[in-house]
Formats: sequence, C-alpha cells, structure tokens
Amino acid sequence: MTFTKAALLGTVALAASSLQPALSQAPADLVLRNATVMTVTHGTIDHGSVWVHNGKIAGVGVTVSAPAGATIIDATGKFITPGIVDPHSHSALGNDVNEATSPVTPSMMMIDAFDNRDRALYFALAGGVTTELLLHGSANMIGGQNVSIKNRFGRSRDEMRFVGAPRTIKFASGENPKRVYGSRNQLPSTRMGNFEVMRQAFEDAKVYKAEWDGYNAKHDATTKVPHRDLKLEALAEVLSGKLLVEIHCYRADEFLTEEAIAHEYGYKIRAFHHALEMYKVGGKIAADGTGIATFADWYGFKDEAWDAIPWNAVLSMREGVRVALKSDSNDHIRRLNQEAGKMIHYGGATEEEALRMITLNAAWIMGVEDKVGSLDVGKDGDLVIWNVNPLSTYARAEKVFIDGDLYFDSSLPGYGTTHFQGVMHGGGFGGSDDEESGN
Amino acid sequence: MFSNKLCKELALSATLLAPVALHSQAVMVDTSVQAPTIAITGGKLLTITHGVIENGTIILSGGKITAIGPARTAIPKGAQVVDARGMTVYPGLIDSETQLGLVEVESDQVNSDLVEPSDEIFPNMHVYDAFHAETERIPIGRFNGITNAIVAPRSSDTLPGQDSLIQLAGRDRDQMILNRDIALALNFGNEPKRSGRGGEGGGGNAGGPKFPTTRMGEITQMRQALIDAQEYMRNRADSASKPTDSGKAKTPGTKFDLRQEALLPYLRGEKPVVVGVYEGHDVEAIMAMANEFHLKVILNHVNRAQGIYDKIAAYHVPVIVGPIYDLPEAGERYDAVYSVPAELAKRGVKIALASYSLEFNRNLPYAAGYAVAFGLPYEEALKAITLNPAEIWGVADKLGSLDVGKTANVVIADGDPLEVRTSVKQVYIQGIPIPMVTRQTRLRDEYTPVAK
Repeated sequence: MTFTKAALLGTVALAASSLQPALSQAPADLVLRNATVMTVTHGTIDHGSVWVHNGKIAGVGVTVSAPAGATIIDATGKFITPGIVDPHSHSALGNDVNEATSPVTPSMMMIDAFDNRDRALYFALAGGVTTELLLHGSANMIGGQNVSIKNRFGRSRDEMRFVGAPRTIKFASGENPKRVYGSRNQLPSTRMGNFEVMRQAFEDAKVYKAEWDGYNAKHDATTKVPHRDLKLEALAEVLSGKLLVEIHCYRADEFLTEEAIAHEYGYKIRAFHHALEMYKVGGKIAADGTGIATFADWYGFKDEAWDAIPWNAVLSMREGVRVALKSDSNDHIRRLNQEAGKMIHYGGATEEEALRMITLNAAWIMGVEDKVGSLDVGKDGDLVIWNVNPLSTYARAEKVFIDGDLYFDSSLPGYGTTHFQGVMHGGGFGGSDDEESGN
Repeated sequence: MFSNKLCKELALSATLLAPVALHSQAVMVDTSVQAPTIAITGGKLLTITHGVIENGTIILSGGKITAIGPARTAIPKGAQVVDARGMTVYPGLIDSETQLGLVEVESDQVNSDLVEPSDEIFPNMHVYDAFHAETERIPIGRFNGITNAIVAPRSSDTLPGQDSLIQLAGRDRDQMILNRDIALALNFGNEPKRSGRGGEGGGGNAGGPKFPTTRMGEITQMRQALIDAQEYMRNRADSASKPTDSGKAKTPGTKFDLRQEALLPYLRGEKPVVVGVYEGHDVEAIMAMANEFHLKVILNHVNRAQGIYDKIAAYHVPVIVGPIYDLPEAGERYDAVYSVPAELAKRGVKIALASYSLEFNRNLPYAAGYAVAFGLPYEEALKAITLNPAEIWGVADKLGSLDVGKTANVVIADGDPLEVRTSVKQVYIQGIPIPMVTRQTRLRDEYTPVAK
C-alpha cells in the first residue's frame, strides 16, 4: 500500500514514516480507493472507494468525486469496513468499575474513572475498534452512568469523549448483585431481593420527580426549592427517558421481569447486555424494541450462563431482535471481527448481518447509529483497512482512521500509533466482571 | 456447500452406527464397538505428513485409517461411502492443555476438582481420579473438531499433579482416558505463590500467606522435593538389593511413599515434565533447575519471553505456546504475544498450541489461525494442533495425521479448519461417526422457531 497525492498519482510513493507528521493532522480530503468496501447498509462494493471530507464520509462507491489534492490511499486487495463499535467494555476504568457499596448508585459517572492512557485502548484500536461504551460493572442493580468514547488514542481525555452521544446508564440483575450483597448478608441476596430493591428505588424516584415537576411547573421567589439529590435525580432522569437503559441480564425470566418493571414505571430498556438466553424469548423482547449486546460463544462460566448457545445471536436476530456483539473483555475487544465471523459458522448469518452486529447495531445500542457504524454519507469518517476479509481468522487491522484521521498503522515501527507518545498505563480491571473477582 | 447427500449419509450413519446413551447428560459414544468401514471420497485431504490431496479418498475401518490416496484409491466392498466433495478432511485436533472433566461450571466450588490446594507439592495427584467423563463440555469441544486433549490440573501450585491424555468420546472414562499419567505438571512464577490474598490460588492461596510466597521459595521447595525423591529412590534401591534380615524393621525412609513414587519416572527421565512459565527470566531460572535434575522438559506458555527466543531454541525442547491472547505489557507492541508462535517456529522450535480452557476449548483452531495472521506458516499452524502435539505427547504412532495405521480420528468440515467461518460437519473418533449433538444443539433445536 502506498500513499500518494492525487496530483502526483503514480509518481511519488512516500515512505510511511515520512508521512507520520503530515498525517497527524487529518487531511481535509481523504480517499481510500480500490478496496472491497463493506458498507453495512448498502452492500459490498468491489473495487470501491470511500471519500472523507473534513472528518465526515462524503462519498462511497465505485468512484467518488473527491477534489484534486485529496490524500489518496491505494487499498488494492484490501477490505474496508466502518470502525468497529464495542457497546460493552470496562477498559480504561482502572480498578474503579464497580462502586459496590450499595445496590443503587445511579449517580456514579464513569467518566470520572476514565484513564485515556490505558494500554487497553491501544490494543482495541489495533483491533479496529473506534467507538466504545465504557460501562459501570454489574455489582449493583442500578449501577452508574456510562461513558461513550471515540478511540482517539493519544488525544486528551476530553477529546476522546464521543460528543453528541446520548447518556446511558447501567443496570444489572441476577447472580452478581445477589452475590455481592448476599455475601455480606445484605439486601439483595436473592432475585426477589434484586427486583424489590429496584422497585423501591423507582418508587422513591417517582416522589422526587413529582416534587421537582411541581416546582418547575409553578414557583415564585417564595417557593421552597426542593432538595437536590444526585441519586434520585438520576433515577428521575431514567423515568423521564433522558438516559438509555443498558441492563446486564442473562436469563429469559429476568428479561421478562425487567420489561415488566420498565412498563410499570414507564421507561424503555435500550438493550440487554450478555442476554445469553435471548433465543428463548426473542419474539417477546423484539416487540418491546429492546436490543441485545451479547457474546458470540461464551458459555458456562457461571450458572446463569449455562444455557448459553453460540446460535443465540443469529436466532435472536431472526426473531426480530436487534443484535450486537460485544467484548466485555480487554482480550476479545481486540478481535470482535472474528467474533462476528463466528456468526456465519453458528447460524448462517450473511457477511453483512455478521458485520452489522459489531458496527451499526452496536452503535444503536449506544444511541449513536446516526453518527457511526456504517459507510454512509454524512457519518463520521471512522474506517478500518483490513488485510483480508475482516470476518476471517486471518484478518488484521492494518490502518484505523477516526474522523478521517489516521490513528493506527501496523506498518509503522513501534506501537504503530500516530498520535500517542510516551508511556501507556498498565490498566487495572481487565475485562468481564463475570470472570474477574472485581465486583 | 455441504451436499445433501452427505447430510443424509451422515445422519444415517449416526443413527445406525453410533451407540448413544441418551439417558446420560452428555452424549456418550461407545468406542468399544467394531467401527464400520467408511470411505470418505471427494474431499480435500490435509494429511499433515504428506501434503494436501485434492479430491482424495480416505478409508476408515475397524477404528483405524486403512488407506489414503487420490480418487482412484480402491474402496473396500461393503464400505459406506461418504461424499465429501467440497469438504476439507483433516485429522482430529489435539488440545495440549485443558481442564475438561475437572469442573462443569467454574463458580460451583463444590464440584470443582481443578486442583488439590492443600499442599503445593502434590505430584501424586492424578487428574484421572477426578475426570468426569459425562461433562457436557466434551461434546461441545469435539463439535468443532477437537478429538484429543490433555487434562491438566490448574496451574496455581508448583507441582499440582499429573496430566492425562483423553479422547473426546467414550462410553465412560476408561474408554476416554488414553494415558493416565502422561506428564507431570510443574509451574513457576507469580501464579503459584501462596500470597494469602485469595484469587487464582483458590483454597491454597486463602487465609494468609504460606510458604512459598516468592520465586525463591518456589524453587527451593521444588528442589527439596526432588532431592528427597532422589534420596528415596536410592534408599528403596538399597533396601531392595540388600538381603532382609527377617524380624528386623526395614531402614527408616524406605516406606512406600506415594508422593515420592510419583516423582520417580520423571527423575529417571522416562516421562516429560510440563514446565509452565511465562516470563523470560523465569524460563531461565526454571530451566536451570530442570537441567540440574535432568528432567525431560516440555516448556509451556513462554508468551512473555520475547527477549530470549534464541535461548529457548537452544534448549532443544518442545514448547506449548500461549495463550496467544494474553495481553502484552504496557510498553509492548500490540502483536507482542500473537507473534510468539511464529518467532519460535522460525527458530526451529517444535510448537504446539493449547486452549488452556474449559470454555474456549472449541476455539483451539482459531488460535492457530490467528498465529498465522501474525506470521506462523499455515502448515506449521496446522501441525501445532495435530502432529506436533502427537509427537510431543509420544502418541504420533496413533494420532496427529492422516496416515495408514493411525487411529481414525478424522474431521470433515466445510472449509479451512482454522477459519472461524468454517463449520465442522462430521467427526470420527476411533472410526466411529460421532453424533453431532451437544447440550447446546439440543437447546438450539428446542427453541428454534418453527418455520412459519
């Protein structure tokens, strides 16, 4: 692969290293050309090109009408996909994944623990991951508010935030909350306890919300301002639909209970995470419009994962559920493309269906499907160039662009990063809070 | 694509020929019955030892491979013909470290037999005593073409016991266990420390620090155990060679001692010691000890030993590499661990890969494929999960390739075995077509929506 300026096409092939400083600023116009372009939304284009203008996709097709002077990357023989989206990660949160001191902690803000120099971000970037949802753990029935990032590794903490992403909140259910609090002989230690804790929290939030709604509707200088409580305020925001609800949940019965509680209190569940038994009740959950972020083939690591089957994703998809795959792991986040490839093996997903599970559907789980997750005009210029079909075991991400800016290039010496310099942090909590003892 | 004809034949053969005990949890296949004569024709045969045969024929009979060759290979009268056109046929895969049968669900402590944590030095623990043949995880592993595996105790102690070699089919554990004590597990480094902080060490690592809490402690303790066993060996030999004075007690120290006895085949170099170690400096430290006692070493892991590749090659010992999915350290390039198999193979080291797993046992071929993505030649990757482990474990006369005379552990898949998109269509173990049924396929089929 060579980099050339359109004006000098075929005459100048710059060494990659000499381009590094130039590419640390995104070109106004970037064209990746002559690749197999997997758009996710409108098929795969052989010998296709993608044009990114000022960080946004401006053209996708056999030809694109980029201006002269555009930076051109010849990707002959390569594959291009949108950047991979991981809707469930605990990367870069140090050892601060769970505030496991109360089963209801909705005002915890995961951004407060975000370490933008964590090596896990780099490894994910090198696996083609450009967007991540960093979640609170699953110790609490109602955990904290997650942080959405674009993996602009090497940029500042603020610059890594996904501007415009909606706020989301993590709930949990099942074994983890009951184990964490049950082992201390506290409420909850059963699934009955789990759900009752949740209902009480929403009962309290209803009162709080009514008080504030009344105040906001009508007050004057003499009206007493209600007490502001961060915990109840966050729950009230759930009730008013300001937060997307992301629920760690494994078992079929618990999906149904969670939906019933959501209906009772009038909020919607954006997605069940893990959701390993969704194949049992997919039709019902599809009717509620709730998606899932599930594992490709994890199973049997705990009792509530014993009925997991690797056909879960495809069977649920066929039942109408919007299905994403996710890592929940600093290891698997590096090869979500392979996890998607397994869906061809387990259930016969088409390539586009498989790829959608780690791009557009994952973006939907996070509420950013209008910005990332497919190669469509107007979306962010988040692109991965792969050596071979990304759904193959043999696939490696060769170049990763975010907003049209090159962040990773495996042909560069050292890390292969274009923006990161200095020392990475070792990170803390490694991955799934179901497999680690962290919660 | 998979032909309908093959589908039908395989379904038929599974129904007629595989004696299945449906009442048990997992599908138990009786491998003691007379295996049928089967001719698999038209497939792409990955022989491992003598290249690829396109449109080849392989004959399985009486549990062994009896012929392999091009399309013109004679098909015995009465053979059941399996049309494998468009399919890839290869030897059953060998996983060089698993915990299959030692625990079903890891969070269930009551039924966990991963390791006996009450003492660090336990060479006389035999995983075959705990091996639960009916585990649901065995059919799940063979569903993806794994036919043989090493079962090892968890690596949280320095000398946690001895490994067994199994095949992933049998009516009971006696049919499944091929070699009860095939090797001694030895671990060194951070993990076996008894820091008392709980965690990986489990029972042995709970309730306050205990010796050894350092690498010095680990090696001292192991050396003492090996020295004691040498002394025991000499004493036993002495007392055996001396005429016994009737009525007199034997010399103290010659009492039959299971713990000492367990170490003797390893001190004599008769069987291999699987030395689990990650870091380069740890490899050097433990190899010094292994050489002191002339142990027959199989190195295991070494995935953090990037600095001493040449030295590892110079040991002239085989290496089980991985997990290749362990994260590099901060400061290392993203592919620092993915590329370890390639770097070792390049230096002539005989490598095998392992899943090191219960849950991901079925993903062994994908690790081999990913090593290819990071520089391991394709043929070497295939060997690392077939012939190389067969040689390392001393069973290459029976396993690891498609050769006449070997056990008929054969897999038919719809594509490249290392590719995640490939589906295994049929597995034969000891020549018996294995029902492609697992607890997971049963759940799938139970809940699959009826066509509307």
